[in-house]
Amino acid sequence: MTDLADRQKLSYIAAQAADARLNVELETEGMTLNLGPQHPATHGTLRIIVRLDGEQVIWAEPSAGYMHRGYEKLTEVRTFPQVTTLVNRIDWLGSFANEVPFILAAEKLMEIEAPPRAQWIRTILFELSRIANVSLFLGDLGVQLGAITPVFMAFRDREYVLNLIESATGGRFHPNFDRIGGLKDDLPEGWITETKQVMKKLRNFCDEIENLLFGNEIFQSRLRGIGVIPAEVAKQYGLSGANLRASGVDWDLRRDQALPLAYDKIDFKVWTHPDGDSFARCWIRLQETREATKIVDQLLDGIPSGPVMAKVPRIIKVPEGEAWVSTENPLGEMGYYVVSKGDLGPFRVKIRSASFNNISIVPWVLRGVYVPDVISILASLYFILGDIDR
Amino acid sequence: MPKPQVPGLVKGLGVTLGTMLQTIKPKKLGGGAATVQYPHEKETPPIRARGVIALREDNCTSCMLCVRSCPDWCIYIEAHKELAPPRRAGGAPRKVNKIDRFDIDYALCMYCGICVEVCPFDAIFWSPEYEYSEPKIADLLHDRTKLGEWMETVPEAPALEVGAEKKKGK
Amino acid sequence: MTALLAVDLPYWAQSLLRVLGGTVAVLLPAGTIVYLFLFKMMSFMQSRLGPMEAGPYGSMQLFAEVGKWLQKEDIAPERADIRVFRAAPLVVLMSTFLLVAVVPFGPDAYFTDFEAGVFYMLAVSSISTLGILMAGWSSANKYSLLGGLRAAGQLIAYELPMVLAVIGVVIQAGSMNLQTIVIKQNSDSIFGWDGLGYPYILTQFVAFLVFMIAVQAELTQTPFDMPIAESELVSGYMTEYSGFRFLIFFIAEFATAGVFAFIASVLFLGGWGVPFAWFGWDDINSVDNWMNFGGPLIMFTKMMVLTGIIMWVRFSYPRFREDQLQRFAWKVLIPVSLVNIMITAIFKVAF
Repeated sequence: MTDLADRQKLSYIAAQAADARLNVELETEGMTLNLGPQHPATHGTLRIIVRLDGEQVIWAEPSAGYMHRGYEKLTEVRTFPQVTTLVNRIDWLGSFANEVPFILAAEKLMEIEAPPRAQWIRTILFELSRIANVSLFLGDLGVQLGAITPVFMAFRDREYVLNLIESATGGRFHPNFDRIGGLKDDLPEGWITETKQVMKKLRNFCDEIENLLFGNEIFQSRLRGIGVIPAEVAKQYGLSGANLRASGVDWDLRRDQALPLAYDKIDFKVWTHPDGDSFARCWIRLQETREATKIVDQLLDGIPSGPVMAKVPRIIKVPEGEAWVSTENPLGEMGYYVVSKGDLGPFRVKIRSASFNNISIVPWVLRGVYVPDVISILASLYFILGDIDR
Repeated sequence: MPKPQVPGLVKGLGVTLGTMLQTIKPKKLGGGAATVQYPHEKETPPIRARGVIALREDNCTSCMLCVRSCPDWCIYIEAHKELAPPRRAGGAPRKVNKIDRFDIDYALCMYCGICVEVCPFDAIFWSPEYEYSEPKIADLLHDRTKLGEWMETVPEAPALEVGAEKKKGK
Repeated sequence: MTALLAVDLPYWAQSLLRVLGGTVAVLLPAGTIVYLFLFKMMSFMQSRLGPMEAGPYGSMQLFAEVGKWLQKEDIAPERADIRVFRAAPLVVLMSTFLLVAVVPFGPDAYFTDFEAGVFYMLAVSSISTLGILMAGWSSANKYSLLGGLRAAGQLIAYELPMVLAVIGVVIQAGSMNLQTIVIKQNSDSIFGWDGLGYPYILTQFVAFLVFMIAVQAELTQTPFDMPIAESELVSGYMTEYSGFRFLIFFIAEFATAGVFAFIASVLFLGGWGVPFAWFGWDDINSVDNWMNFGGPLIMFTKMMVLTGIIMWVRFSYPRFREDQLQRFAWKVLIPVSLVNIMITAIFKVAF
């Protein structure tokens, strides 16, 4: 058995050889296929222009921007408290996770830190939104591959998580719960016991999905060895999150970065997979959902008591300066570069969202694959359209 | 030697069969579908659920804080000044703001809750009421009488989890 | 053999009865399958209730759906080959009706008593391929074209294992007449014990598996549904169809499922018959007249069991890729069924 680096090199060489073979073969009339903007595989309005030779892709390019909402510009004419409700809508499946890096950046500029209890609750809600996001991926993966049942199971069990988020924050999809200096409110009574039960259900859901999809021989034959991304290429294209870890790069901002969140108080495993194929990406996400439920359980046990809001002025003016904070969001690295001129609102905000970088590899990885594999690769890369177009 | 395993194909069939039996099982035995037959039975949303914004008109001083802090400017307030009888006998009459118009355009509202939070006089509240859809989008602009009616559905704030700091009386 | 009704009907009345019977034999299973499996079983498997409002437990939902489809505008793409486009769904449905013609439902309840029944059945089942190819090509849509081509490749590849699987049964029965196959299964005995008759699923289990897999592929049900793959080809050859033409495709899909299940139960499960020994019947001539009404019911039950399995698999599995499917047909199913034929032939000669 060859070691990891060799295997990746081999698969890279195989991909190159497939390229070369395409050019040598007899010339046939190609066909340009527009996957999208209205196509079930693109989760929204992403357009992927694919040039086909028979059913084989010879050239592919994603064309984003059909749902551009101009959040970076919008933030310039909003005050700091108003921005959190906007950025909720970037990755709409795990919306709470979008608020955290922005609030952390603003706190960094104001040089205040949220009280420990607020940090723990933030981390719990962060992981809950990760579960809400990735569990839907696990169901949707089945739909992309033709199995219609998993998505309903995902929606069934995701609903419990959403109920939790709603009973704590009031918002089902768009919590808007994070404030500069802490949280809007404390948890309601009985929330911790309820969450523990739901985490059990979620682990059960992971087992079900593993039996229904991941153990299925057809599923494995569809995804194994398809869409291989070697670690080097993944780094070059700036992939992050599960897509990067599936290529064997051990990189997780939750662990590698010192932020005022509670991740350093608990121990959790960062899953990696050496293969870098579609199956690895899906498998990593399944394991991460499991891991997230364990993280939530640990955090619930050790929640400190105290206030949830630091002392902040009623009208928030962020002092002049620049700050960059990124966190490990459900989809990958998400960061905000906030520039403040000392006004009520930010002067400029640059949003680095994970999906935009993750789909940049599409032209590279789609070359030489068949049309059904286009779908499975896109599904395994997992992007949220709001996260691409912002 | 690895243990002989049940093929994944068979396991998958087992999962769907299990779910089917669970759904068919009567509700009394802990079965039943995960869905709710909506118009016939309704789920109760949590206490904090942001369903609709209710208005207590007497408390509103038309300070315009909510109007200004709304991210998409969907609250409209118009008011005039009135003289109210003095609090204590012999005092000068007070000037109070009487609102003529307090409209919220729910077609624009993002349900972020900033207005409820900034209100210094406890005049607007969240209610978990959710059945107020309208056939026409223009009808979603609700006026103060409608907002006042929702005041009845506003629940008490929930008790807090163990370890939370006691709220200072507001 | 006793006559179904003790009167001689004129030819036109017989034809009318046959047409009515054929329509019922195609539409009734289709409707039941759609309601029981597509609406209800799928919903239960996904932990929801399915349609509940139209009629008791949503049983009238199908009529509501048909009404909805009939109201819709019949749209054809501008650059479609309009005549071929319009004819395609009918060709697909025609294949279903032709198939049901040879299926025996009772000692006298059949449409035709055809000597080469198996041969005819295998021949007409591929007419639907033609319809699908017509639909895919004439739609003037890239997705439809890809779907149509995939369908053609797939259906032709799976015709072969189906034929080879059936040959095992034909060898064992020594006849291509479906009625004779049924009678053989019910009047034979296993080593002198005749409590079960002799359903061919016992000896031809491999052939039965191959046949059911091939049926799954012929019906383009998951895991073999690449021609219609919603998430990649957006329903493939059906993309451009709307209104009642789509309805016809829809009916054809489920009616064909029912008819293939009928055929499978005739070939492997003993068809309409009960083991003759139960009632002391010696051969077909002594079978009681009530079997003409009991037979269809027995057939229906067997059909429901088989389609239940087909649908169960459909709701549980993801789909193959096109090349994997072809490889599976040519490298697994065909060799297996060839070996099965060989073994059957050897045993037939030996005993």
